[in-house]
Amino acid sequence: MSLDKLKNRNVGVQNYKMLDLGHTPESGWGKFKQVLKRSVKLELFVGLKVTIREMFKALFMGEMHTVKYPFEKLPISPRYRAIHEMKRLLESGHYRCIGCGLCEKICISNCIKMDTRYDEEQRKEVSDYTINFGRCIFCGYCAEVCPELAIVHGGRYETASEQRASYSNFEDMLTPMDELMNQKEYPGFGAPTPVADKNIKKTPLAY
Amino acid sequence: MSDNLITVTIDGIECKAKEGEYILNVARANDIFIPAICYLTRCSPTLACRICLVEADGKRVYSCNAKAKDGMEIVTQTEEILEERRAIMEVYDVNHPLQCGVCDQHGECELQNYTLELKVDSQHYAIADTKRGNVNWSSVLHYDAGLCIVCERCVTVCKDMIGDAAIKTGPRGGDKLDKELKDSMPKDAYAMWNKLQKSVIVPSNGTEHTNCSDCGECTAVCPVGALTERDFIYKANPWDLREIPSACAHCSSACHIYYETRAESIDNPTEKIFRVKNEWNYQTLCGAGRFGYDYENTTAKKDPEALAKAVEAIKSAGTIKFNSTITNEEAKMLQTLKEKFGVKLVNNEVKPFADFLSHYSKAAGQMLYKDSFADMSECDFIVSVGAKLRNDNPAARYLFNNIQKMNKGAGMYFHPVGDTLIPTFGKSIQTFEHKPGDEESALLLILDLFADKDKLPDDVKAKLDASKEKRTKTVTEKVMEEVTETVVDKETGEEKEVTKKVPKNVKKEVEYEANSLVEKLGANPETFEDDFAKMMKKKESFALVVGEDFYFHPKSKNLANLIALIEESTEFKVAFIPPKSNALGVALICDLDETCEGSTVGYNEPADFTISALGNGDFDIPAMNQQEGTTTNMNKRVVPLNAALDYNGYELNDIMNALGLGKNLTIDWTECLPTDKGFQLAKFDDLPNGFRNDKTENRGYVLANLSVEKSGIEIEDIEDNALEGDIAYRCNPQRQFNDFTNKAHQIFEKFALYASKERAEQLGDFVKVEFENGGLELPVEVDERITGDIVEIPDFKSELDVYGLFGKDRYAKVTITKV
Repeated sequence: MSLDKLKNRNVGVQNYKMLDLGHTPESGWGKFKQVLKRSVKLELFVGLKVTIREMFKALFMGEMHTVKYPFEKLPISPRYRAIHEMKRLLESGHYRCIGCGLCEKICISNCIKMDTRYDEEQRKEVSDYTINFGRCIFCGYCAEVCPELAIVHGGRYETASEQRASYSNFEDMLTPMDELMNQKEYPGFGAPTPVADKNIKKTPLAY
Repeated sequence: MSDNLITVTIDGIECKAKEGEYILNVARANDIFIPAICYLTRCSPTLACRICLVEADGKRVYSCNAKAKDGMEIVTQTEEILEERRAIMEVYDVNHPLQCGVCDQHGECELQNYTLELKVDSQHYAIADTKRGNVNWSSVLHYDAGLCIVCERCVTVCKDMIGDAAIKTGPRGGDKLDKELKDSMPKDAYAMWNKLQKSVIVPSNGTEHTNCSDCGECTAVCPVGALTERDFIYKANPWDLREIPSACAHCSSACHIYYETRAESIDNPTEKIFRVKNEWNYQTLCGAGRFGYDYENTTAKKDPEALAKAVEAIKSAGTIKFNSTITNEEAKMLQTLKEKFGVKLVNNEVKPFADFLSHYSKAAGQMLYKDSFADMSECDFIVSVGAKLRNDNPAARYLFNNIQKMNKGAGMYFHPVGDTLIPTFGKSIQTFEHKPGDEESALLLILDLFADKDKLPDDVKAKLDASKEKRTKTVTEKVMEEVTETVVDKETGEEKEVTKKVPKNVKKEVEYEANSLVEKLGANPETFEDDFAKMMKKKESFALVVGEDFYFHPKSKNLANLIALIEESTEFKVAFIPPKSNALGVALICDLDETCEGSTVGYNEPADFTISALGNGDFDIPAMNQQEGTTTNMNKRVVPLNAALDYNGYELNDIMNALGLGKNLTIDWTECLPTDKGFQLAKFDDLPNGFRNDKTENRGYVLANLSVEKSGIEIEDIEDNALEGDIAYRCNPQRQFNDFTNKAHQIFEKFALYASKERAEQLGDFVKVEFENGGLELPVEVDERITGDIVEIPDFKSELDVYGLFGKDRYAKVTITKV
């Protein structure tokens, strides 16, 4: 490399292309001419024409586009990542979470915490579980890493509340027992793919 | 073992090794990876997992039990070996539960690691599972047979290291393997599976519960989640825990440990210790170290009023009373207080030890005992005097046992309180259940048996000769005798005389040299000579362990001189067991006084003004798991302690600062430790704390053993001062050492009078023990391993002042009455 190249510290500007934007008038007369030209051409009404047309369509022809939120809501993608849901096992109604702590580990904003204990039935019980939604960035890693598809993202995107701690209780996130029959699988990251059966190697069984 | 270095080549890398070293250990010392599940560095090879297969000079060998030979070419990976290893891991995965997320070992599981390492992604084998239960073996141990892969590491460590041999393999009741598999699958994997399918781990006493010292080492070595601590089950994942390297502060071994901490729960974010881990390949923990960790001082706050009172108390104090649960830095600060204010320093635990050390150093010409326990692991003959091995110091007990198991060793155990565990350590162990007070005779016997007689002074030689006499004993001998019989031939009817040689037992009187010392020490002089000759067969290096009884002894000066003489005239490696945790450090740093004077300030001891880390005193200080500092262990090593938990109050350095003597931080005192006692000018932050792959300890630094003026060895005449009558022995139950272990929630041993089963039955449930200067009322507990009539009284509660009752002796004549 020659020394000249090193000495050129004007780095980064070499390949810019200037657009032809005309030029801004500088003299008073020039500015006056521009204002006059724009007013007389009635450019304003060109824009208003579109508005008025749509207004007529909405008011008199029944083609309203406004969604009356919060009374109406648009459908969202099933893979949308909003407030978490904790799923239950369909057979027993017991929560699916086994307390492995992977969501807690993978969480990049460090907002998941869980307490587990050895319960009377010699099982690992999740005695407490919380997500700090003030910190959660809804990246979806927790749902992706969960080996039991127990924690997934739901569609509940309204997260304004008096307390940041709202929604973060384990019980609040769990599918209500009476809604168990309507519990749907989450099709997003971490869920089995349609070709999963094909890709699995079966473990032999001796029964 | 010889020290000759040989050269072997492992995967093209030239490695130097000791002759007779196992290939696996050579590889590990040179940072070469060979997978191994069942092998434990300081124990005998189990050969359960067979995964450590390598090729040595073209032959397949198991690297854990094949010794390296000079010029050997070793290949750790070939196509065939990898296939074999993969098959082994596949077999281990058969019927192993797949819910890893639930398991406590999840994340640090060797089964997980090796399954991934050997790229097992599919399963080729299957067998019907057997129902395997889930049991609590003891108050701290939990065994889940469903997760167990029967590598037998727990069995091996319990036998070879701990010595309890409380667990063994038992029948599993599993299906038999298909015979066809023998031809179709790799042969080592088949052999491993065949064995695995037949066994699970069970307590060796035939019950559901282990009869052991609850050290928990089996839980530490378990590669999977089968053996866990009951308190830890399902509480935290290993990756959540913050690992803090430190040293255990309970006994003088100061073993290397990791405190593992985490926020207690979602509701309580304060840091809490969840468990203690150790480097089990290099050092073995006892139950107190593993389970006695939650003794932190939680009540402390920064209260300037309390600080002012404490400063005032120290200024006006005549005496500071403390014990050995203290760091070197704190001890140095107390010594500084003595130097500046002339306050007396009283320490009942250490004073007799300090005196014993000074007697010894005058006689031997060096400040400290010659060797350390770490050097003794290669010895093959170990003698223990004056130590209740099972209770006083677990590390010394593990060493005694390990020498028997690993080096085909022999041992002699001198102690007045009989212990049924010690003889189970090995085949050639001679126990001497002598009377308290006869300790000098024990040392004389050692001199008689091992000393180079030319190096002994004449008076000692005369004493030894005087103890011998000619006696006769009756021996039974086998003699071949000629017998003539008349036999009738069946066919011809002829009578014939036949002479036959028939063995016959004949009793004979034989003259032998009897040693009255042996008789005095409670062994049989008739058989001792032969037994001892058997014990000495092929023995090369000798170790002598000296315990607390010798420091707390009316004739401790004479004992110290005798020890110096043993060191001079025999080949023994000699090391002392400092009585309590940092006794050696305190003995070196502090200039101790005999008795209290004026008002007393107690440092972790009850007194007029109590400074305490237990949270019940007038002024709070941090406990040993909450502060930085160093402690001096029995290997003469100054090792660092790190703070595992937060501490919000003042510490001794703050009092020193208020008095104008302080330093910025407590650890700034580390570089002020006295160099004329062998300490170094090292900064705390520069002290290493770990082990190297070749087993060498890289923690802190070793004290220099400085030479002192030698005043010669004087041996006094030995009087007959054996104690008779009801005798109490000051001795803590296993896992209890001090107030701090007592505070820990997983240490259950009670403050009680411990006695043998027969003695306890005589005594009843609750007794009053009267000493010359006071008494105690205690419940009675049975210790099944004690024999004899001597009862044990613990000293771990400082408020009861058991040291005051016993005085400067570990044995006391007492009257015991039922209450």
